[in-house]
Amino acid sequence: MTFPSVGLSVHRLRRLAPRPSRTALHLFLIAALVAWLYPFVWIFGTSFKPQEEVFSRPLALLPAAPTLENFIRAWDKANFSTYFLNTVIVTVATTLIVLAVTALAGFALGRRAFRGRAAVMSILGASIFLPQGYTIIPVYDLINRLGLNNTLVGVVLASAGAGFIIYTFMFTAYFAGLPREIEEAAVVDGVNIFQLFFQVMLPLARPVLASVAILEFLQIWNSFLIPLTLTLAAPEKRVLGVGMYAFFGQSGLDWTGLAAAATISLVPVVLVFLSLQRYFVEGVAGAVKS
Amino acid sequence: MRIGTAVHRLEGSQLAPRRARRGWLDPGGDVWPYLFVAPMVLLFLGFKLWPTLATWYFALFDWNGIGWPSEFVGLDNFLQVARAPLFWDAFRNTWLYTAGMLVVQVPLALMLAVVLNRPTLRGRVIYRTLFFLPVVATTAVIGVVMVILLSPAGGPVNNLLLESGLVRRPVNFLGAASLALPTVVAIGIWKGLGTVMIYWLAGLQSVPGELYDAARIDGANSAQVLRFVTLPLLRPVALTIIALTLVWSLNVFELVQVMTSGGPGNATDVIATYIYRVAFTVEDTVPRMGYASAAGVFFGLTNLVIVLVQFLSVRAAGRSRRGL
Repeated sequence: MTFPSVGLSVHRLRRLAPRPSRTALHLFLIAALVAWLYPFVWIFGTSFKPQEEVFSRPLALLPAAPTLENFIRAWDKANFSTYFLNTVIVTVATTLIVLAVTALAGFALGRRAFRGRAAVMSILGASIFLPQGYTIIPVYDLINRLGLNNTLVGVVLASAGAGFIIYTFMFTAYFAGLPREIEEAAVVDGVNIFQLFFQVMLPLARPVLASVAILEFLQIWNSFLIPLTLTLAAPEKRVLGVGMYAFFGQSGLDWTGLAAAATISLVPVVLVFLSLQRYFVEGVAGAVKS
Repeated sequence: MRIGTAVHRLEGSQLAPRRARRGWLDPGGDVWPYLFVAPMVLLFLGFKLWPTLATWYFALFDWNGIGWPSEFVGLDNFLQVARAPLFWDAFRNTWLYTAGMLVVQVPLALMLAVVLNRPTLRGRVIYRTLFFLPVVATTAVIGVVMVILLSPAGGPVNNLLLESGLVRRPVNFLGAASLALPTVVAIGIWKGLGTVMIYWLAGLQSVPGELYDAARIDGANSAQVLRFVTLPLLRPVALTIIALTLVWSLNVFELVQVMTSGGPGNATDVIATYIYRVAFTVEDTVPRMGYASAAGVFFGLTNLVIVLVQFLSVRAAGRSRRGL
């Protein structure tokens, strides 16, 4: 995201804004953030607390006698090792499939006026506004008929089908905006279509690749309804969100164990977000504008 | 990114020079575009178009989800939905949740975005990131944690309230019928505010800086600049945000399913949890996929009517105001 340069006005505003009010604003924002982020602090602190400390020192943010017991319990006994692995597999596979499908389609739609292109574009565009929030039943039915119910392949396929239209538009717009000389130079060199796509055009689309990858990664890592309905009869195929729900149903009073499980689920996604947030913000802004 | 314009001025201008055919691998060929688009079209047919059509079709059958629906019942499912008090409770709760998002979350996010867009505010990028953080957290995980934090049996929030003397007995935030829905709404606002804030920020940054300068020179104060310069220019973004908020809130599922499963009683039941329960939890009865499909279609149609009526009345109001 870029910030509009406001030139002179910055200096003038600075002189106009009295100092005390700016300090007050910071104090207010910081106070708001303390409350805002308290759940995260609680999760992290509690995941290292011995179980008895939850009730003996309920408001302490950090443990008096830190322990890894909760993590061991969540990882082994509550099966979060399996849930974690399943989530990694589903997230990586879905993200790669969606990237491949949307980049290929976006390239063709953005660079060639083939017959039927206009129809594809307008059907995709219209379907964004189509009310289709409650389609989980036919999706479940389709995966079931394909014999993929209670498998990770089924979860990946249904997840890939859940969101790809906006991404296709992002790639289409980006490829359409590239100058035609780049492609012509490569074509004169006699490359075939796959060389042109993978060696010349795709590397140029790195910003969109990054935005789509992180949007889809966050989406799938956090998904719930699709993996829940598609693994109802297969506990060993659960992803982290569904596993958390199941763990809560079985041992709702094991607060420190649940906190450790929450830490296991949240740390990867928060780290990915913090390290790639530039692309994320660009992606969200791009999605709004398209 | 200049997305919309770029897509539409494509025709013709971006065509690679047409050359002699060298088979389907030739970048100038006619076949590969179809192959490149095919996987996306397949996903679209299987997971967008077919589910949309199939929901309508399934809604006409009495069907338990096994085999192909065969017991045609016409519009009977729809009549049953319209007469089910539980459906209407879920209907009301879904719209109350949505109203909470539109009335509280959307303006709150705008206020935060305006503050965090001030070029003179130090650390504004860090503030944005931290206010955004709840959005990236797994909803199901957050739901479980919130149940613990708000627990009346030793949860930290109640501990704090008791110790500070604000309450004398623990508050049963999610277990009391009168408090459960407002609590769910508050958590929903906290969880999603960051996304709406980012959209508002994207809109704010498209307002040219010179306009602010001009308004200042004319002697406008901050409130006047916001009212007469910023807000009118944010209109298109505002419409996008309202549309997206409608879609997200009318589909709310995970937060409710994890925190309350629609309870206590059905005080927080929303349409998505209602449909899920009817279609997929089979403890006491057979799954009723046809009826659940009808509930989804019925809800989608009523929403369409509500949104259209709103839209038309807002437009009519705008017309009559201009006419005066």
